[in-house]
Amino acid sequence: MNEPFQESKRDFLKYFLGGSFFAWVASVLYPVLAYMKPPKQGEVEVSSVKVGKLSEIEKDSGRIVKFGTKPVILVRSADGELHTFSATCTHLDCTVQYRKDLGVIWCACHNGKYDLNGRNISGPPPRPLDEYRAIVQGDEVLVSKKT
Amino acid sequence: MKQLWTKIYAWVDERLELKNLVEYMGKKYVPVHRHSVWYYFGGVSLFLFLIQVVTGILLLLYYKSGEELAFESIQYIMSKVQFGWLVRSIHSWAANLFILAAMIHMFSVLFEKAYRKPREMTWLTGMLMFFLALGFGFSGYLLPWNELAFFATKVGTDIAGVVPVIGKPIMAFLRAGEEVSGATLSRFFGFHIAVFPGIFTILLGIHLVLIQRQGISEPLEAENHVASSRKTMPFFPNFLLRDLLLWLLVLNLLAILAVFFPWELGKKADPFAPAPAGIKPEWYFLFMFQTLKYLPAKVVIIDGEVLGILTFGLAGLLWLLIPFWDRKSSQGERNRFINYIGLFVVFYIILFTTLGWFL
Repeated sequence: MNEPFQESKRDFLKYFLGGSFFAWVASVLYPVLAYMKPPKQGEVEVSSVKVGKLSEIEKDSGRIVKFGTKPVILVRSADGELHTFSATCTHLDCTVQYRKDLGVIWCACHNGKYDLNGRNISGPPPRPLDEYRAIVQGDEVLVSKKT
Repeated sequence: MKQLWTKIYAWVDERLELKNLVEYMGKKYVPVHRHSVWYYFGGVSLFLFLIQVVTGILLLLYYKSGEELAFESIQYIMSKVQFGWLVRSIHSWAANLFILAAMIHMFSVLFEKAYRKPREMTWLTGMLMFFLALGFGFSGYLLPWNELAFFATKVGTDIAGVVPVIGKPIMAFLRAGEEVSGATLSRFFGFHIAVFPGIFTILLGIHLVLIQRQGISEPLEAENHVASSRKTMPFFPNFLLRDLLLWLLVLNLLAILAVFFPWELGKKADPFAPAPAGIKPEWYFLFMFQTLKYLPAKVVIIDGEVLGILTFGLAGLLWLLIPFWDRKSSQGERNRFINYIGLFVVFYIILFTTLGWFL
């Protein structure tokens, strides 16, 4: 007589308990997964950094400048011009360097090359380097983000 | 003395009924045929793993994780702690030999088709352990916080980031942030000494239980012979003693390598220095590294690196699932196709590793 009633009661219990179980799993997993996600660091926004005196930067040389938490490369070409780019290779994140012998910006990791305009000219890099700006104030050299 | 042992044995036997177990072990046989030599590499891998556990625990007594401490603590281990140089050198060498032995073990299983039904799960657990071994290598490489390790980790985690959709969150998870930093080091340390060993131990347990339960696989040809013409060797003590002798030889080799070719520490990592010229990863990642070097920036519309990484990922997945798509071997038929694939992979790895090593 009361079998259909029993059945629906059982169904209700099944869904109720099953649902509670999933809710319980989710309530355990969520904090664990959220914990594993690193919190956003309150980065200090850097607009420009001082590099040094122009007279002290040799022609045909390159150096890495600390721009906040990011490395930036400053190259002074043989004709004395300043070129500034992000030093992070667009291929797989290595830090690039200036190769005097080739006159190019070079990544040691996978032999990627960029010209002094930051364009990827050979090897695996898929994009040009991000540009920065070199400002000369008197003899002082500053690097800032390209606006 | 003997009486004491008999007494102890009787005491344990009374409680655990060892008799059944001894009887069971007495019935274990190892097939003898012209490819039997390959059976030893699983055992050698196991031995090297045990060495890693012991030397790893020893290193833990002095190692300090952290951007300002890691490199210095290894320097301390190598210069101040008695035999510290030896323990660290053994840990590094054994790591490499472990991966080599596991690789040989894997290829021998592949060529013998030992993964075929009913041993699919043994292959699966073995492959997962192999991937974990690469994870051990990759995470352990960063722990000294030197220049090479820093860039290897940058490139390695960036590769994870290249994978569409899920890549970026995985990369942030691995790096514990946007960049490789001290936080990455802490995380890798945790993976290396807690997460990976835990998972590895479970997989190893399953792998060994499966081998006990199913016995050792025989090559297809041997299986077709009449039972009476098959040669075997008792596991206890014949095979075990041969195993132990080989372990002793491996230990000697390890000692020679560790003493005469001590592992270098290199220069401390500097996040604001360019990647040093001649940088390359450990030899077991070299063939992939070299491939990425040769890929052009764009292949039709896809970035070369994305194509390379996805291809390697797909190949790895197919490799992992071999027992499930190689139906022929499971039905007891010869499948030369698998041999060709295996030979191609061996050839590819040797060629690109050599190119990576010398170029």
